[in-house]
Amino acid sequence: MAKSIAQEFTKGLWQEIPPFRLVLGLCPTLAVTKTVENGIGMGVATTFVLVFSNILVAALRKLIPSKVRIACFIIIIATFVTVVELLMQAYAYGLFMKLGIFIPLIVVNCIVLGRAEAFASKNGIVASTADGLGIGIGFTLSLAALAAVRELLGSGSLTIWGDLSFQVMGPSFKPFTFMIQAPGAFICLGLMLCLMNLVGSK
Amino acid sequence: MTDLIVLAISCILINNILLAQYLGNCPFLGTSKKMETAVGMAMAVVFVLVLAGVITWIVDTFILKRWDLEYLRTIAFILVIASLVQFVEMFLKKSIPALYAGLGIFLPLITTNCAVMGVCLINIKEEYNFIQALVASFAYAAGFGLALILFAGVRERILLARVPRPLQDTSIGLITAGILSLVFFAFKGMV
Repeated sequence: MAKSIAQEFTKGLWQEIPPFRLVLGLCPTLAVTKTVENGIGMGVATTFVLVFSNILVAALRKLIPSKVRIACFIIIIATFVTVVELLMQAYAYGLFMKLGIFIPLIVVNCIVLGRAEAFASKNGIVASTADGLGIGIGFTLSLAALAAVRELLGSGSLTIWGDLSFQVMGPSFKPFTFMIQAPGAFICLGLMLCLMNLVGSK
Repeated sequence: MTDLIVLAISCILINNILLAQYLGNCPFLGTSKKMETAVGMAMAVVFVLVLAGVITWIVDTFILKRWDLEYLRTIAFILVIASLVQFVEMFLKKSIPALYAGLGIFLPLITTNCAVMGVCLINIKEEYNFIQALVASFAYAAGFGLALILFAGVRERILLARVPRPLQDTSIGLITAGILSLVFFAFKGMV
């Protein structure tokens, strides 16, 4: 309980970084990481929902009866997901179309509900904000890392955001299209998990 | 009729919910370590997904679309699914205790199973009519069950094999899922 705010924030970046340490939220991880841009977009949207739902859950934690808490959390989360959906439709329509049903599916992303249940319902507003921000940024970084590997091998380019795109591989490079399709996603995530285990077990 | 059969086959094999659409992966990895739990989860998903698919279709067509409330779809669907799961749980506990004993622990998990919510959203996005939505929901659920049970079978064998330490558990599970997904990939172009 005596952990500082900074510790709550940084634990999401390494010790409990989703989806590697905390194996939750695999569906968006696998589905949207075809380009770095999609990965970052998904990560930012999830972070937004995570931070605001954490704040609201922490603020209301003494008012929510424990028997119906899951239902209350889900309604809070669904509200913020709707906010993100509408914001993205207005300001990032291209990305919204690319991410498709995975934006409404943030509702059932176990990371968000998991943090509400495991952390925000037991801690204060400031600590919960730090926790949400840390886990969210950690999630964004993992998505970007996974997407970078897949995009580099699968189409030979790196699309950071909008027009900020680089053709990394030369013209003679034959794209390894397997990587940007479903089987590549599973295998790539499996190998990255293995790498994380190797680094972490030292 | 032929259209519906083609739809069913494409939902089960070609667009398999787990291996081609990447939905429902958390329970896929979580409950596939033992055949028993995999079968239980598969049955619970079939049961809830068919009901949820039909009810959300009705809610969307007769309530949300009629009064231009499409922006409330996410909240409406998650509420429908959560209350449906709760209702099914209470109903089974009261009237079919044997089935409840089998499915019991998996039912609460289904609320946050993105396969259920995902299929409901796909039904709306593809603008299926009622019969198509019913067939698609059942076929996606059957595809989920098929992939989950196949995967559990493979995973039980992996337990006996010697896996290098960093690759153990989830890591090797994901790689196996990738190979299984490659197998399902071969169905592409069948329809």
